[in-house]
Amino acid sequence: MVDYVHKKINKILFGFMSPKVIKEMASAKIVTPELYDKEGYPVDGGLMDIRLGVIDPGLKCKTCGGKLKECPGHFGYIELARPIIHIKFVGLIYDLVRSTCRDCGRILIPKQKIDKVNEDLTRVELEGGLTARRDRIKEMIVELKTIYQCPYCKAKQFKISLEKPTTFLEEEKKLSPIEVRMRLEKIPENDLSVFGINATALRPEWTVLTVMPIPSVTMRPSITLESGERSEDDLTHKLGDIVRINQRLFENINAGAPEIIIEDLWDLLQYHITTFFDNEVSQLPPARHRSGQPLKTLTARIKSKEGRIRHNLAGKRTNFSARTVISPDPKLAINEVGIPKVVAMKLTVPERVTTWNIEYLKGFISKGPDVYPGANYVIRPDGKRKRITNETKEQLLEEIQPGFIVERHLMDGDTSIFNRQPSLHRMSMMCHKIKVLPGLTFRLNPAVCEPYNADFDGDEMNLHIPQTEEARAEAEILMHVPTQIISPRYGLSIIGCNKDAQTGMYLLSQKDFKLTREEAIDMLASIAVTEFSRLPDKEIISGREVISTLIPKDFNFLGYSKKYKENKEDPDAIVKIERGVLKSGVLDNANLGEGQGLLLRNIYKQYGPDFCSDFLGKIFKLGNAVLTHTGFTTGIADIDIGPEAKQQILDIIDSTYVEVDELIRQFKENSLETLPGRSMRETLELKILEKLNKARNRSGKIVADTAKKSSELMMMIQSGGAGNLLNLAQMSACVGQQAMRGGRISKGFDKRTLSVFKKDDLGPAARGFIKEGFKDGLKPHELFFMSMTGRDSLMDTALRTPKSGYLYRRLANAMQDLKINNDFTVRDASNKIVQYVYGEDGVDVTKSENGRINVKRIIDKVLSED
Amino acid sequence: MEHKAFKDYQDLIPEKILEDVEKSLPEKISESKVKKILELIYEEYKNSLAEPGESVGLVAAESIGEPSTQMTLNTFHFAGVSEMNVTTGLPRIIEVLDGRAEISTKMMHVYLKKPYSEGKEIKKIAESIKETTLKEYIQEVSIDIADSQMTMALDQDKLERIGLKLGAIIKILEKSFAKGYSFKPGKEADNILVIKSTSKEDDLNNIYKLKEKLQDVYINGIKGIKQVLPVKKGDEYIIVTSGSNIKDIFKLEFVNPDKTTTNDIYEIERMLGIEAARQSIINEVDKVIEEQGLNVDMRHIMLISDIMTTSSTMLGVNRYGIVKEKPSVLARASFETPIKHIINASISGETDYLRSVIENVMINQVVPVGTGLPRLMVKTKKKKSED
Repeated sequence: MVDYVHKKINKILFGFMSPKVIKEMASAKIVTPELYDKEGYPVDGGLMDIRLGVIDPGLKCKTCGGKLKECPGHFGYIELARPIIHIKFVGLIYDLVRSTCRDCGRILIPKQKIDKVNEDLTRVELEGGLTARRDRIKEMIVELKTIYQCPYCKAKQFKISLEKPTTFLEEEKKLSPIEVRMRLEKIPENDLSVFGINATALRPEWTVLTVMPIPSVTMRPSITLESGERSEDDLTHKLGDIVRINQRLFENINAGAPEIIIEDLWDLLQYHITTFFDNEVSQLPPARHRSGQPLKTLTARIKSKEGRIRHNLAGKRTNFSARTVISPDPKLAINEVGIPKVVAMKLTVPERVTTWNIEYLKGFISKGPDVYPGANYVIRPDGKRKRITNETKEQLLEEIQPGFIVERHLMDGDTSIFNRQPSLHRMSMMCHKIKVLPGLTFRLNPAVCEPYNADFDGDEMNLHIPQTEEARAEAEILMHVPTQIISPRYGLSIIGCNKDAQTGMYLLSQKDFKLTREEAIDMLASIAVTEFSRLPDKEIISGREVISTLIPKDFNFLGYSKKYKENKEDPDAIVKIERGVLKSGVLDNANLGEGQGLLLRNIYKQYGPDFCSDFLGKIFKLGNAVLTHTGFTTGIADIDIGPEAKQQILDIIDSTYVEVDELIRQFKENSLETLPGRSMRETLELKILEKLNKARNRSGKIVADTAKKSSELMMMIQSGGAGNLLNLAQMSACVGQQAMRGGRISKGFDKRTLSVFKKDDLGPAARGFIKEGFKDGLKPHELFFMSMTGRDSLMDTALRTPKSGYLYRRLANAMQDLKINNDFTVRDASNKIVQYVYGEDGVDVTKSENGRINVKRIIDKVLSED
Repeated sequence: MEHKAFKDYQDLIPEKILEDVEKSLPEKISESKVKKILELIYEEYKNSLAEPGESVGLVAAESIGEPSTQMTLNTFHFAGVSEMNVTTGLPRIIEVLDGRAEISTKMMHVYLKKPYSEGKEIKKIAESIKETTLKEYIQEVSIDIADSQMTMALDQDKLERIGLKLGAIIKILEKSFAKGYSFKPGKEADNILVIKSTSKEDDLNNIYKLKEKLQDVYINGIKGIKQVLPVKKGDEYIIVTSGSNIKDIFKLEFVNPDKTTTNDIYEIERMLGIEAARQSIINEVDKVIEEQGLNVDMRHIMLISDIMTTSSTMLGVNRYGIVKEKPSVLARASFETPIKHIINASISGETDYLRSVIENVMINQVVPVGTGLPRLMVKTKKKKSED
């Protein structure tokens, strides 16, 4: 059962543990490097002492009496034979030793100046915070180290240097840690505050360790290998070294061994303790396993992506989740996710037994874990979890009463959170309703591919089941797909029609699309619309009339389709919806697509998320239904162009080649007029590029003009469902210039790109212009050039992903605390005002229409009122 | 504003929306209708306000971070024949948000005052602001080995174009090489410059070295401007430069300082202040996003720009900038260099009050954003039996 903790952590203080605290905190003094005795029982006073916590099942902690997983672990300590410098505080010690008197320990700033310095520092801190203060202190220390006489006791000061990593030298003479510690002890509290040291948190002499805490066993559990052998944690290894050397040092000192031996052991102890804290100190060889791989000690545990902070603290693991391949299912609603039965029987929802639902929940228990829909566990009010098996079933059925919790299988309509990585925006995690389906993949409506940026070439997605009422409520209200239709990035619909559905809607909204009444009703029924009263009472029904049945009766809209740019007069280009009737215009992707047009945006605004999502689903299915009804296929024939057009294109390319040759001739004769600020060579490249691009565009235009408008390929292009004119032109006419690094291809062999060309050939073909279309096929060198640019763009993507990922991480980290306060100001975590009004007008982008408030609609509404 | 009703809503509705309304109103409209429209718009505006607790910062980060994966890495691009090579795309965004002092391609758009902007002498003006070194004026150099002296023939035409005579050049050279060499005009022609070492023991080697040094001596134009390109923009001529130095450009009498801009945000901060830098960040980021054909709302860019500039100096979005300024130890440690932050915190005995998001995630507490903000307080009645 969950132990509810009703305490709240209010603040966390940072400081350094004094020797006294270390001793008081410790539950055991460690005196021997041995771990286990002959029976395999932890040795008293050893590193695995059971006073430090237990990791073996069956043992009880001597300190708290807790068993495995109950005892949090307790610290121990060792007494160091000689003081050791803490590697992480070497910089601080160095600063202090250099800028305080060697005799009296006072700071080397004269009395009359010290107030001024303090004043200066507090001012700097007020202005720029703690970090600025630290920087200022750094500057100050640089000044102090050149003072050679103490202003207080007049003692002469010597130059102190640091031999990295931990040895201090005073005038070339070694300063032992004992000496260092003594000096640090002398520094008075008042002087410490100048250095920005809070004496209650840290006395500088503490950083020269005399006792060392030993982390609990639970922090460094040993693993038992298959062979029954024990393998100790890296930290235990390191601590073993420390304790061993420390004992040796003790013995030698007591035995009165020569100074050199003691000195050597002391250095060795320093090395071990240093690498215990940080095994990546640049001047030291890292401590290694016998196998040769470096030990992972404290610093390595904390830092970097795999370290404790980013891996375990900022990122959590979760139960009640599933992951599998996704596949499309257009018959699902947009806010649904189809899950396999296997998943549904593993993931569960906890339901509390009450007098009203006890019979209902008993039904699940009696079915057991192997029959769907059953239940897997029963949780008793005392927190005991009971697995439901065919054997325990009967007993549990008798036992169960209000207050129990039954973990039943997932069922249709349950709440889930669906996610695809990389989770770049909030639409990467949305709440879907469960739909249990046969098969082994997650199924989703292809319309929601866009926000997840998913496709079905093997993508996998994650599913999470919220386990508490609170979590479910938040998921349903804040993360439900319908509420996420409008992107907070630009205030337009991010879910829209695409691919087949888009093409279908385009065809259906054509002026001359006709259906018989039967067909129309059939089509509507197939998308689960059963309300046919809005169909006009005619035998022949137009496509637009079919669409109109889906539009709310009081909806007015004026928008423009893609054609509008070319021809403003075309009635098809203006989408006009009056009182829920589509009067004119084709619905292409300028109106229904994601991130485009305002049709979906307006519906969302006026009729709400649920209606909009429903509407989208219907439109989507309708589009698909149209294609299944009419049939839709495309083939090679669709990219055929007539012989005339073919000749025209050839002519264009040929004449361009002639022009380019002329340019090259001029260049070779040095008579080419240079563009301002360019060399002649650059000018030539620019001019050639311009000419070739023009040629490609012109041939593309000829293709667009002559291609059969009614071909399926053109349908797809015009609707915006898939493909564009450039694709078509590249297939049927001319692939065009292959560009690398903003210019033509120029690298390769000496003075030429490929050995099939002559040296210094600057002609189009030799520099990556492909005059064939894909259908005609590419020549060998053209194929080579294409693969060059293909590789280039592949590298581009591979290099960009980590870069933009890092930018995103930085941005998110820098801005995650900004929120709107109750007074509508934007403030950060320290309540500093960043903006007085969010975005200068306080408008939420998600609630705006492409960032604005639709003034026009309101005006029109008021004007049309009478 | 024509309609009286506008006045009542002046303080309630942002100016921009009011302007929108004014533009979209039909010419003839009754006052009562205007009032009604404004009433409805005010209502709509209030409904569109972002709610308290909204995590606008993260939304902004997402809105920039997500499309940045779709940008091309291509550093340079060809917008047309008459454009300079400029860093765009993702590298540029990173550069701007990093708050880097040195950017990779500096560029200015120099606008000119009225008579000059008509383009009559545009080429000459452009040429005059370009930084030139002696190298560009040298036609020929010959070294007399016997006398250890060097003669230079300068390009008379070019000198004339910038209005400098040989004498002036000599003065510049004398200034930059105060000791050791003499510069004298040659006798043969007007454009000959004779350079001689004044110390006797000077060997040939030094003369050769001097030759290299002399080539880089700054002669004319504005320092830092490497290339100039006169461009017609709308109906006026402007000069696009590579390299930036608005401090000196503003001093020129033919330059219109109101419109002249640079893409060097640090320079803008130095010259025009932090508010200008803020706007400049917005412009630069928006420019890149627009170029890439992406759609990101202005408010997100504004917020990023604001957080970079609220502390009155430019802060980069990195561990030396914004993150460094965070009050929470754990928040800083969770970003980069965690050990350093924890050690420093222990030295000065810092306290983490757990007020921002990440620390609360770390210790499994409710995050103080959005739905984590509202609290329930219950006033319990004292039970009488207990009294």
